[in-house]
Amino acid sequence: MLNSTPDLHSSETPLLQTVGLTKRYGDFLANDRVDIEIWPRQIHALLGENGAGKSTLVKTIYGLIQPSEGEMLWHGERMVLSGPSEARSRGIGMVFQHFSLFDNLTVAENVALGLDGKETFKDMSARLEQVSNVYGLPLDPKREVWQLSVGERQRIEIVRALMQDPKFLILDEPTAVLTPQEADQLFIVLDRLKTEGRAILYISHKLEEVKRLCDTATILRLGKKVATCNPKAETASSLARMMVGTEIKEVRAGAERKITVPRLVVNDLSLEPDDPHGVRLQHISLELRGGEILGIAGVAGNGQDELFAALSGERLSQDPGTVVIEGIAAGQLSITQRRKLGAAFVPEERLGHGTAPRMKLSENALLTGHAASGMVQHGFINTTATLRAVDRATEAFDVRKAKRDPEAASLSGGNLQKFIVGREILRNPAVLVVSQPTWGVDAGAAAVIRQAVLDLAAAGAAVLVTSQDLDELAEITDRIAVMFHGRLSQPLATSEASREKLGLLMGGSSLEKDAAHAVGA
Amino acid sequence: MQLVLEKRAERSNTIALVSPLIAIGLTVVTMSILFAILGKNPVSALIVYFIDPLTDAYSLQEIAVKASPLVMIAIGLSLCYLANAWNIGAEGQFLIGAVAGSWLAVKTQGTDAGLWVLPAMLLLGAAAGALYALIPAICKVRFGASEILTSLMLVYVADLLLDYLVRGPWRDPAGFNFPTTAEFDPVATVPVLIEGGRLHLGAVITLLVVAAAAVLLGRTIKGFEIRVVGAAPRAARFGGFNANQLTLLTFAVSGALAGLAGIIEVAGPVGHLQPGISPGYGFTAIIVAFLGRLNPIGILIAGLFLALTFIGGEQAQIAMKIPLDVTKVFQGILLFYVLACDSLILYRFRLIFASRQVSSGTG
Repeated sequence: MLNSTPDLHSSETPLLQTVGLTKRYGDFLANDRVDIEIWPRQIHALLGENGAGKSTLVKTIYGLIQPSEGEMLWHGERMVLSGPSEARSRGIGMVFQHFSLFDNLTVAENVALGLDGKETFKDMSARLEQVSNVYGLPLDPKREVWQLSVGERQRIEIVRALMQDPKFLILDEPTAVLTPQEADQLFIVLDRLKTEGRAILYISHKLEEVKRLCDTATILRLGKKVATCNPKAETASSLARMMVGTEIKEVRAGAERKITVPRLVVNDLSLEPDDPHGVRLQHISLELRGGEILGIAGVAGNGQDELFAALSGERLSQDPGTVVIEGIAAGQLSITQRRKLGAAFVPEERLGHGTAPRMKLSENALLTGHAASGMVQHGFINTTATLRAVDRATEAFDVRKAKRDPEAASLSGGNLQKFIVGREILRNPAVLVVSQPTWGVDAGAAAVIRQAVLDLAAAGAAVLVTSQDLDELAEITDRIAVMFHGRLSQPLATSEASREKLGLLMGGSSLEKDAAHAVGA
Repeated sequence: MQLVLEKRAERSNTIALVSPLIAIGLTVVTMSILFAILGKNPVSALIVYFIDPLTDAYSLQEIAVKASPLVMIAIGLSLCYLANAWNIGAEGQFLIGAVAGSWLAVKTQGTDAGLWVLPAMLLLGAAAGALYALIPAICKVRFGASEILTSLMLVYVADLLLDYLVRGPWRDPAGFNFPTTAEFDPVATVPVLIEGGRLHLGAVITLLVVAAAAVLLGRTIKGFEIRVVGAAPRAARFGGFNANQLTLLTFAVSGALAGLAGIIEVAGPVGHLQPGISPGYGFTAIIVAFLGRLNPIGILIAGLFLALTFIGGEQAQIAMKIPLDVTKVFQGILLFYVLACDSLILYRFRLIFASRQVSSGTG
């Protein structure tokens, strides 16, 4: 086991130390005797696949979970936390991946709700502005949250944590929702916090980022600590190997793909949102041919969900011609009818959207397979056929599960995603629309899924991939377009789509000054 | 020491079966305490309630007679509840079904109408119940009105309509001014199964409904739609299932079954239309539906059990002077425990013996 803790320790004892920290859920060990040391003036990365126990560990440190065994030392003294407020009062702050903000309240009101202090609202607002200016995280305290971008919302969470002057700050996948430029700004802030003598625990999937930013990395696998190392001395693939435990297969584009006829065409699609905080789709056009993979990049919440609903038929368009699948105007067709035309869809949310969590896999196979594929005969379900669909997906996509037909919710994220993608791809669709195919999925499963998407395109299907992971889009797509405020940019050839160009588009700047979308509705 | 509720990885099928039994156990304990407070011997009260009715043939038949409408209504309600459509107004649909079917019985009274009368009455009852249930369903789908409130309020409309009819236009001229129609003709009466007994054809129809519901939910795509729409609405929409259509469908089916139960009750055990034909069947059926885990076979068992409390309650009133309202208290407590125990299917209790002394750190 590598142990190269840097020699810059400002004191003899670490700021925080966990000793044999164990968290047990029934027979399942979410954390198994984890020892970790956090030193001041360090950015410490916490790496691991989904389900490796990262969240459990940081929730324990933040007082949200009581450990089953083991203990934590704070400044070398035993610490038992009764809850997050005690953690905060000791100087531990946390920024969650999923923000806890009220959309209809202002920035200052949201911050006030999260603070334990007794200062007046006015003093607090003043301090909020001061802290946000000092750290270069500009925020207008009077704006309501729903008007803000995701990056700005994250700023609120960070400023809220900083206002408590934490000695130790935990960040859970902070860059998952940021453009590359926004992420760079965040790194400047984190570096500054480090020089101020604070400690930072940084959870991320993005290994390049970790190599760039972090001084130490602790790697968890299946609840156990595998290694502590200096990420700068490692390569991304050596880090990935430690996370996964095996070599990751490179995704292979394979033979030259043959670009054929247009299979999915969107003509000037505009759609009002059905909920007040939704995004209005404006004049979206695209053409996708067989054998082609088009990527849609963009910061979350810029209309990707609305576009998915419009393409899948969960929401119908006014004009049938706005969505054309396999040459047939499908704008007014239901999702079932679109499936019958040969389209398949994979939504972003696995549980509750892509599957019914508390239903068996065979029933979830039926969920999208009932229209075509012999699973239903005269209104009766053919259980043999649905089970066979589960078995086929299990075999082709290496879905690991405890029994033949478990509930969807009992599968890990990666395995459930493999099942969902397998369920759709095994129907041999002519068009696949997939949203965030590998979001929160472990590296092994992600490689399987990306490979499957490439193979499907090679077999002649048209694939539309929406993702916030630019590396993923660069790996598998032919062209990339960017969504911003409900508009879709002209696609760029992936080979020419630099991070800088995409970052600009994701931030709302156009590459050509007078882009085609100047005409309003 | 700390007692925490912990989420299970997968729903526990054992607990799903055991939870109603735990609920019944807790209810019996609570009732014993209640009996003791009322100054009755809990043991003998429980014997009168639960054991005595099972020991003679008359009571057994009576249990089946009472269970029949409960089960039939609860089957319909379970379809609604599975689809996340909250029909609370089965009592009203029951009464409307009884009224609509009785209309034909009253109109053909004393004529030489043939054997078609009873089937036509049953159809009328079911159709009226379905239409009546569609009112709250349409209000929900079209205007977003809470079906819980609208369906419940329509109960009182139905109740008063029945009251008006039997006191006014349909009153039996030879009935000494009692608010009741004349006894129905034999062709308008549900035949009994055993000569001289009270068990009637309705019980058979109920069993057929139970079997049909079991097939619908377990084997057909429609049943699957109903379950998905309730369990995961967004996934159901992704699957191409229309929640609004299913709200209309399940309300219509449950209304039809409640209406059918209503007309069978009137044309069967009661024999004429009068106020008070239902001792709250439509509401008790809600308990039956949940006690039976919204599962057709479970509902059949639960219906028989609740019917037992009705019969037991009557006997306790006669034998021990325990007020009949105690039966309703019993049913209320039972529903409470059933819903409480349901959380054990997805969660489990765990005792945590962690030492929780807060060491005052130096910060």
